[in-house]
Amino acid sequence: MTNKEVVLEAKGITKRFPGVLANDKVDFDLHKGEIHALLGENGAGKSTLMNVLYGLYKADAGEVRVEGKIMELHSPKDAIKHGIGMVHQHFMLIPVFTVTENIMLGAETDHRAASNENPLVKLDRREVAQKVRDLSHQYGLDVDPEAIVGDLPVGIQQRVEIVKALYRKANILILDEPTAVLTPQEAEDLFRIMHELTAQGVSIIFITHKLKEVLKVADRITVMRSGRVVGTTTPQESTEQSLAEMMVGREVILTVQKGPAKPAETVLTVVDLHVKDMRGLHAVRGVSFEVRAGEVVGIAGVQGNGQTELAEALTGLRHIESGRFFLAGKDLTGKPPRVITEAGLANIPEDRQRHGLVLSYSVADNMMLCDYYQPRFSKGVIIQQNLVDANAARLIKEYDVRTPSAFVATGKLSGGNQQKVIVARELSRPVKLVVASQPTRGLDVGSIEYIHKEIIAMRDRGVAVLLISAELDEIMSLSDRIVVMYRGQIVAEVDRKDATREQLGLWMAGVHETA
Amino acid sequence: MQADTSSDLPSKGFLRSALDAMLVPFLAILTAVVLGGIIIAVVRGNPFLAYYGLIQGSFGSAKALSETAVWATPYIFAGLAVALAFKGGLFNIGAEGQLALGATVSALIGYALPDWLGFDLPAIIHLPLTILVGVAGGAFWAAIVGFLKAYTGGHEVINTIMMNYIALNTISYLLNGPMKDRDPNNVIARTPLIAESARMPEIFEGLRVHWGFVLALLTAFVIWWLLNKTTLGFEIRMVGANPDAAKYAGINVKRTIIVTMTLSGLLAGMAGALEVTGLNFRHELGFSIGYGFDAIAIALLGKSHPLGVVLASILFAAMRNGATRMQFLTQLPVDLISVLQALILLFVAADAIIRYLYGIKTKGERVVLTRGWGG
Repeated sequence: MTNKEVVLEAKGITKRFPGVLANDKVDFDLHKGEIHALLGENGAGKSTLMNVLYGLYKADAGEVRVEGKIMELHSPKDAIKHGIGMVHQHFMLIPVFTVTENIMLGAETDHRAASNENPLVKLDRREVAQKVRDLSHQYGLDVDPEAIVGDLPVGIQQRVEIVKALYRKANILILDEPTAVLTPQEAEDLFRIMHELTAQGVSIIFITHKLKEVLKVADRITVMRSGRVVGTTTPQESTEQSLAEMMVGREVILTVQKGPAKPAETVLTVVDLHVKDMRGLHAVRGVSFEVRAGEVVGIAGVQGNGQTELAEALTGLRHIESGRFFLAGKDLTGKPPRVITEAGLANIPEDRQRHGLVLSYSVADNMMLCDYYQPRFSKGVIIQQNLVDANAARLIKEYDVRTPSAFVATGKLSGGNQQKVIVARELSRPVKLVVASQPTRGLDVGSIEYIHKEIIAMRDRGVAVLLISAELDEIMSLSDRIVVMYRGQIVAEVDRKDATREQLGLWMAGVHETA
Repeated sequence: MQADTSSDLPSKGFLRSALDAMLVPFLAILTAVVLGGIIIAVVRGNPFLAYYGLIQGSFGSAKALSETAVWATPYIFAGLAVALAFKGGLFNIGAEGQLALGATVSALIGYALPDWLGFDLPAIIHLPLTILVGVAGGAFWAAIVGFLKAYTGGHEVINTIMMNYIALNTISYLLNGPMKDRDPNNVIARTPLIAESARMPEIFEGLRVHWGFVLALLTAFVIWWLLNKTTLGFEIRMVGANPDAAKYAGINVKRTIIVTMTLSGLLAGMAGALEVTGLNFRHELGFSIGYGFDAIAIALLGKSHPLGVVLASILFAAMRNGATRMQFLTQLPVDLISVLQALILLFVAADAIIRYLYGIKTKGERVVLTRGWGG
């Protein structure tokens, strides 16, 4: 599909932030009708480059050409004028508006400028709706212009964003981590649409850190690392392994090395658990399962199917409506977090900045967040600074936390190192059960590799691990047993050996009859 | 990377963390002084003479120093009260009411207890008891607000303001009615003098500075130690910095809120009790007007660090105390001091101005998680 007409070219883009060279003489070009994947770890400079192309940042040096002409970008408005559209990772949609209204939003003023009529009268929903229908038909998007956006599944919302860009006459689309929020099936649909778009002459920049997807859909791949372009290649010339090494700059072990599990006694027993979510709706509806010592049980599911509430209930952070759960035979239903922690729970929370850390506290303080009052750290009410410091020094070394010192505020560390602080703290305590929620979300390949290794190490030491993750790959590579949650219930439970991606994907989407 | 300016890192030690936190306030004061000088010059005053008068009036003699310390004592206690609450993520606007209540009940025990008992108490019992009751009064008053916050979600800003009204108006009634000094010559709303046995001994003969000032300095250190070296302080600061993480870490957030508010009120009550037992030997309606409100400014200026609070209190005390001398030398109105104080606070609150003026870079990304300010 690729021909050599260059539609977008960035040359020598340099962007400096205080203390960081985010883009260092970056060259990037996009051919007409190709999917060009931009691959890199967090902080590699992908987002900076895209924000320069989209007019959100002004580059310190370098130039951007669209179809050969140098382009002055001062704001996203300029980028849109030049036919560049962006679909952000977090959608920029108003949930209570219809698809049509969302698409008109921001573009409606153009109509007004054309005539001197009252702008309020000129909002022509019907005309826009027809245009949406046409675009949807042309590219096989299947978007209903009258639907309320909040009612649509995430995958369709993403298509609304794509229609929004197309409606603004974009012929260059930037997709920022588009598959992060999708089920495997939804991702497949997206890839189909991407190919449909490129077949009709749209060019796509596909930002991601998922290697499998890149190899599957990209025509060309550019890899960035610490602000520089490491190289440009094609899927034919590369493998997951070679791409990962380009990203990280060293050899990476992608598949988790683990022996067979040796499950022993039951550690966690959950019986018919019912939990409500923040809005008071039933999020967990009658869930029962067991986790044994020395095994990893993975809970698969698209986000928002009750996994978050389940984890919060088991860690004492959320009220349990009915049902019980037992940790090492002890009934802990309705007990406060401290009692559960003391019974032997380690909790790697889903939202690391909200629950897992006090960002203004030092690394050393965060490393004793849950047991600061224990004799390990305190004599009576007095915290023993030397014990705190020694603990921090040991954990920083053991868990390879990259920090200037134990005394910097944890908020200053990168996401991966923040997560390592939590992992170090939780896994270094004597525990019986680890509840790990999205333990590697948003982390780079190096940190993911490390955290996976630690989780397996815990399992091999005879600890029970409950892994909750929206990343199917993560579930597949770490779990010994897999439980699938859909709409607050367990819809399937399989041994890892018998599980396939396709079957899990169907279960996650609520399709059951093929079981 | 250098250690940062956030004041939540106890490991850096008392002095170092204080110095880091004091940079902006110091430059704010400097800027306000320069700007104040210009204002004085504009109204045809002599700024050098004015500032000379201010310094002479506040630090220029034993008496001046003593009076500055007298002013500073309630400022330090009330300032610590507000600062401690800030650290716990709470905004205690009620120091004024807690202080007045503390002073009132303290005075009551001071003058009435011997009558109730029918015999005189030795000072060793009567004095501590008088102070303790005042402290308890302030603590109780604030604890109500903490309880409401923890169990009903009632916002402490609103509730401390309401509790101020209740306290101040009730006290006004008491001092005009049941607790009024029965001396036939008295027309003022004030209590009788407290018994000798409830009064603190003098430090220096002829000077009004009392042991309360020493106690204030000690208390500042104790509060720093409590916040940074104890498990309770760790809990208070964590609830202030990130209540969700505190809950995750197994801390009883509701209880911590009540404890923080109680301690805050305890300090404010202490300010009131010491005014009665160390200085005035009675409570009078006009005595405490504004300490509790200035305390908010002091906590802000001192960046909620106990040493910062002490320094800010001394600064405010010096300005209040030196103003008379300044007026005597230059005929400038005392109100100028209020302008100067306002300028200082303005620059502290809008520290971006100061950072811009002096080219101070914020080091790295700023982590602001406190729900109040100054934490």
